[in-house]
Amino acid sequence: MRHGFRLSQFKENVQENLPLHGENGVATETRANDFVVFDHVQKSYDGVSLVVKDLNLTIAKGEFLTMLGPSGSGKTTCLMMLAGFETATNGEIRLDGRNINLVPPHKRGIGMVFQNYALFPHMTVGENLSFPLEVRGMGKDEREAKVKRALDMVQMYSFINRRPAQLSGGQQQRIALARALVFDPSLVLMDEPLGALDKQLREHMQFEIKHLHESLGITVVYVTHDQGEALTMSDRVAVFNDGKIQQLAPPADLYERPENSFVAQFIGENNKLPGVIEELSEGKALVRLATGELIDATPVNVTAKGQKTLVSIRPERVEFKPEMMPPGAHMIGAEVIEVIYMGDILRARLKVAGSDDFVMKMRNTLGQTKLSPGETIRIGWHPQDARALEPM
Amino acid sequence: MTDVPPLLTTADGRPLKAALASAQGRARRKAFYLVAPLLLFVVFSFILPIGQMLHRSIYHDGFSSTAPNLSAWFAANPSGTEPDEAAFAALAADLAEMKKNKTAGEAATRINYTVSATRSLFTATARKADKLQPPFKEALLAEDAKWGEPVIWQAMRAASNPYTTDFYLIATDRARGADGGIEQVPENERIYLWLFGKTFILSGLITFICLILAFPIAHLLATLPMAKSNLLMILVLLPFWTSLLVRTTSWIVLLQGQGVVNNILVSLGMIGEDGRITMIYNQTGTIIVMTHILLPFMVLPLYSVMRTIKPSYARAARSLGATSWTTFRRIYLPQTLPGIGAGALLVFILAVGYYITPALVGGADGQLISNLIQFHMSKSNWSLAAALSGMLLVGVLLLYWLYDRLVGIDKLKLG
Ligand SMILES: Nc1ncnc2c1ncn2[C@@H]1O[C@H](COP(=O)(O)OP(=O)(O)OP(=O)(O)O)[C@@H](O)[C@H]1O
Ligand SMILES: [Mg+2]
Repeated sequence: MRHGFRLSQFKENVQENLPLHGENGVATETRANDFVVFDHVQKSYDGVSLVVKDLNLTIAKGEFLTMLGPSGSGKTTCLMMLAGFETATNGEIRLDGRNINLVPPHKRGIGMVFQNYALFPHMTVGENLSFPLEVRGMGKDEREAKVKRALDMVQMYSFINRRPAQLSGGQQQRIALARALVFDPSLVLMDEPLGALDKQLREHMQFEIKHLHESLGITVVYVTHDQGEALTMSDRVAVFNDGKIQQLAPPADLYERPENSFVAQFIGENNKLPGVIEELSEGKALVRLATGELIDATPVNVTAKGQKTLVSIRPERVEFKPEMMPPGAHMIGAEVIEVIYMGDILRARLKVAGSDDFVMKMRNTLGQTKLSPGETIRIGWHPQDARALEPM
Repeated sequence: MTDVPPLLTTADGRPLKAALASAQGRARRKAFYLVAPLLLFVVFSFILPIGQMLHRSIYHDGFSSTAPNLSAWFAANPSGTEPDEAAFAALAADLAEMKKNKTAGEAATRINYTVSATRSLFTATARKADKLQPPFKEALLAEDAKWGEPVIWQAMRAASNPYTTDFYLIATDRARGADGGIEQVPENERIYLWLFGKTFILSGLITFICLILAFPIAHLLATLPMAKSNLLMILVLLPFWTSLLVRTTSWIVLLQGQGVVNNILVSLGMIGEDGRITMIYNQTGTIIVMTHILLPFMVLPLYSVMRTIKPSYARAARSLGATSWTTFRRIYLPQTLPGIGAGALLVFILAVGYYITPALVGGADGQLISNLIQFHMSKSNWSLAAALSGMLLVGVLLLYWLYDRLVGIDKLKLG
């Protein structure tokens, strides 16, 4: 079930005070209208360890920024500090140029969507939505109009008299979204809002949220575990690990140009080959593997000959047909261990340079060469697809 | 789709409904056998005694079985008939029988419940019943002029049927007048309704104090980290593990005139030596001690409800712009209502029927209706005790009904 959106009215209202963000995403250089700023923010819960270590992050107005990272990396903590439920141990958080460290949550005017929706169980959908308007002292007529508009926006007006318990997960999610938007906040925080939904519904809601973001011009800070979600929805993704941002970049950069081995490992599937830098010339590195073979790579954060490195290559960028390789590229021998049929692709596990967890993905096309276990082949890749990173 | 759908059948042609019923029947029987012992226990230990108690409150054959002749006369003549010679003859015959069977006391007790100071009338007359000669009216009146009083005859008429509302009349401070009509007893003899009122008001007060004290404790328990909340929980439950008598006596030690609290107040100079506050053996004592004893019954349901209220509700409310007070009033408090209801109902019902604490620390003005019930039981006035208990039961059921209407029994949450 796909929903269209009737946003025209809502849009006008919000857009007066909110500029739309750029068409192709706000890149790092858009610094003119810094909206949310984390300035050297640190957070400790117990006074012993830092959960957030020196966070510097600037979010532009209208941007869709996703915080992605493994469990316990401090994403929720950052969001809670922004929302005002946790105080920063050190550093400053600014919203629209104003230091909000001491502003209580209810005065920040930030919309928030929680993972478990947090719809008030004792109120109907309509009461849930009108709550933020009531506490702002809005009159009844205006409230009703706003509630109707917000519910129409998520196609849920007919559910106005239901209680949250009478709604499905996806419907509750929509209501939570509508409630976070009903009071026209310019910043909306979402902490794993789709975590509890099944895959299909999740993908659909991703589309809806993205659509709302674009049409309302709101700034969204989104937290997720799901890298697919992060890559499809965001203007920029901040990859968190261990209380630090490992990389902050648009999705394509993140996938294709990971800056360190954590990001390379965390985003998508990656083959890793350890070795030593044999030659280093501008933009090119020759890496000698433990078994003595030579491979090509692009140096990322390696600086000197003889340095240890971890070369990462995406499985879909591995080639085994010599005619697909650029001239002069190195190829190395590999033994096919198994080939798994996955419908759209074939996934071959290979033994390369002594380890047998090297993965190659082939498109399942009509003329695709059939590989069988035990076969030996030669594989290679474009040098820019292999990235020589400093090992962690 | 206007046709009636065809009757569904199983593969072997049996109707689906019948097949389903027989398939589920076995499981249901099994389940019944499992609960049967409990059912029997409940029937024998709960339903039967309560039924018997209620029966006792409307049944007393102390007079009807000892005075069969008079009872027959009452049955034959409608209420309002002047007692004639036949009636007196029947009375004389019954009195003679009573003397023989030594049952005059029993009959006298029954009449004495409704008309006081009539015991000797029966016992004394019965002693001489053999010597009575017709005309019996004159003979009996000569024996004791009281036999001519309409009140006595009304009482005997009411008692001639073992099924009677007399005890409920007494329990509501009313009595049968000389003309058989029901009227309130004189002001200075009214005790029961007043005591019922006092019991309900005191119980309500105790429930309210418990709620005020328990709410923050339960909230603390529900929000503190596990290790600390467990310790606190033990403190809350500690009273449960101490004998009721020990707890009550400790309060006596604390609150009595020469007790700890008074001594501290005196030594601090806040009250003079002769200004010691009376906090025990009165209503205040009953309230203090019962609040303490019933507090856990309020804390536990509140805690169990509060534990399930996720902190994200409060956070959501705050992020939507509500102040912390609004969040408490509009979001937190309404969600604790099932716990408040359950705790209040539990504490109130327990308080209304509480007997030992008021008996020990209540003194004269801290007694509750249950103490009076106990008093009548000790005097073997089972029927009146039963009638008072029956009224208490109805009051509690009424409350339960009210709760169901207002909050909904399905929302009751005790743990
Ligand atoms: N209230 C708290 N008190 C103490 N420690 C906390 C608290 N909240 C979080 N932490 C700790 O801070 C660290 C970061 O937690 P946080 O919730 O920010 O992680 P996260 O990135 O959101 O993880 P997840 O993806 O699992 O939600 C964790 O090690 C966690 O144990
Ligand atoms: Mg989290």
